[in-house]
This record gives sequence, structure tokens and C-alpha cells, in this order.
Amino acid sequence: MEGAALLGRLTWQLADVVHLVPETAGVKTLALDVPEWPGHRAGQHVDIRLTAEDGYQAERSYSIASAPNGARVELTVERLDDGEVSPYLTDELHPGDQLELRGPVGGYFVWEAAVGGPVLLVGGGSGVVPLMAMIRERAAVGSDVDMRLLLSSRTWDDVIYRDELERLAGSGLTVTHTLTRSRPEGWSGYARRVDAEMLTEVGPAAGDRPHVYVCGPTPFVEAVATALVSLGHEAAHIKTERFGPTGG
Amino acid sequence: MDALMLDGNAVAGLLQEAFGTEMTTATGICDACGAGQQVGAVRVFRSAGVVLRCHECGSVLAKIVVRRAQTCVDLRGLRSLAPPAD
Repeated sequence: MEGAALLGRLTWQLADVVHLVPETAGVKTLALDVPEWPGHRAGQHVDIRLTAEDGYQAERSYSIASAPNGARVELTVERLDDGEVSPYLTDELHPGDQLELRGPVGGYFVWEAAVGGPVLLVGGGSGVVPLMAMIRERAAVGSDVDMRLLLSSRTWDDVIYRDELERLAGSGLTVTHTLTRSRPEGWSGYARRVDAEMLTEVGPAAGDRPHVYVCGPTPFVEAVATALVSLGHEAAHIKTERFGPTGG
Repeated sequence: MDALMLDGNAVAGLLQEAFGTEMTTATGICDACGAGQQVGAVRVFRSAGVVLRCHECGSVLAKIVVRRAQTCVDLRGLRSLAPPAD
């Protein structure tokens, strides 16, 4: 027990920014090297702390996008125009800079191969980030569990990780997009907000007792969770993670 | 529904700092309605401090304020708070 308590202690540490990769307009992936990183589970977060010259500090929690991989940790951050932290991370940060973080934290919104399947992942916008960590974890360990991602984005250009999702799809992983604002010419996929009918078509059925993970802005998560319950999914099997305008 | 609402996942770090262990998988029982819920699923509102509310009835479960590096935790709305069994 003493050991467990020590492991649970959180300390701030400095991470080195290795590189930054633009994903979509306003969304960047930060690859960090964290020397004392204890490893993480897919779906966990880190807390990032910025300190201004006058000592003012702002802290935010960001989902880890990468599967566990040594000291390397990737975060994907969406720039919120009026945010205190995200504009710095997406616009001001450069390779070679250092960033103060602590983690990993969380354990509720976590999937690992031992959890098994089937798995339904429902993401809204940058809510795909922790879900991507689960998809990458599945690929990294060679798992063949039935995993289905339903991803709602505004436009085709706003789809985060679009190419990688296309590459990873197959052998038990299905990826379904819905585009809520505008569609490319000839688009034959879903073109509306996620609803019960869409969830039924994407599956798995409630009777298959899938592990369901829903992540996105609060109104998105509320609507999807309500639709899932109406389809007979057990509330205990639906794990949700909400982010809001205060998350900036 | 409040667009500013988050959930227990958003304060995982703060809770771990206060309790010394991972708390989002702990189970809390609401003192008002008796509903049990994992801390990751409770409603969280942030302002000067953090307020955790029951996802069933909306009653306040806990309040957390950090001031001058001291973390004050008020758990009066919880009948019980059990760590994950592992």
C-alpha cells in the first residue's frame, strides 16, 4: 500500500518539445520527450502548467494521443481563440522549448487490450484524441478486437488523423465519418449530427454489450449518451469525457 | 445542460494531488439520492474552485479549492467514497 501511494504521487516535471505537427487548421500535435515518464494507458491525460513572468499560472488537462512508447508522449491540441493555454501551445511553442507537465492522470476513460471488445468509440471534433490513443494501442499490441469509431467533424478538412485512420482501418477496425457542416463533392457518407439511427447502423448492438467511449464537447456527449441509453446500452458500459470552452 | 460543465476526468490531476492516488475510478455515493457513480463520470463545474455534482440528481458531492498551495476538500455531499478495488 505504501508503494502504491508513492506511485500515485504526482510531480511536475519538464518535458522537451521534440517536434510539432499540424493536423488540421487550428489543431497541432506536440511530440514531447518526458525523461521521467512512467508510461501511460490509452485514454489518460496530462496536466500542463504555464507560468507567466509575473508568476501567474494557468493549468489545463490534455488527452494523450499516442500509444504508450517509452519517454515519448504526443498530445494533440485544438487552438481555442480565447483560451489561456492552447494558443501558446499551438502558436508559440517551438522544438527545443520546455514545457511543465505532470501525469499521466485518470483511469476512468481508459481502454487497454485486457478490457477486450467489442468497442464503440464515438468522437466529436478533437474528442477523437483519447480515442486515437486507444486505436493506436490496439494496433501496437496487434489486437484483433472489434473496434468501431464513429467520428463527427464539421468538414472533411477538419477530420483529425484522417490519413492514419484510413491506413489503420480493416482487420476488425471500422472508421465511419459524419460531416455536420459541409461535405466534399460526391460525399456519400453521413451528413448530420450523431443520432440513434446512425449509432444503430454503426453498431455494435446493445445486446453485444460493447464497451462504449464517448468524447467531445459537452452538448455532443450528452446527446450521444442519451441516444445510446435509448438504444438499450447500459449506462455502466458508457464512459464519457467532456470538454468545454473552459478547457482552453 | 450547461455548456461549461465538464466531468470528473477533467480534474483527475487535482484529485490525485489531493488524495495521493488515482481517484477517477473511485466510486462515490450521493448523500442526497443514493446514486453510486465513478468519480470520472460526475459533473464538474469550475470557477474559483471546483464543484463536483451528482450525475443523477445534481446535488453537490464535493468542493475543492486550492489556495496558496493548500488544497481544501469538502466531501459533505458524499455518503461514501470508495477507492477502486485492485
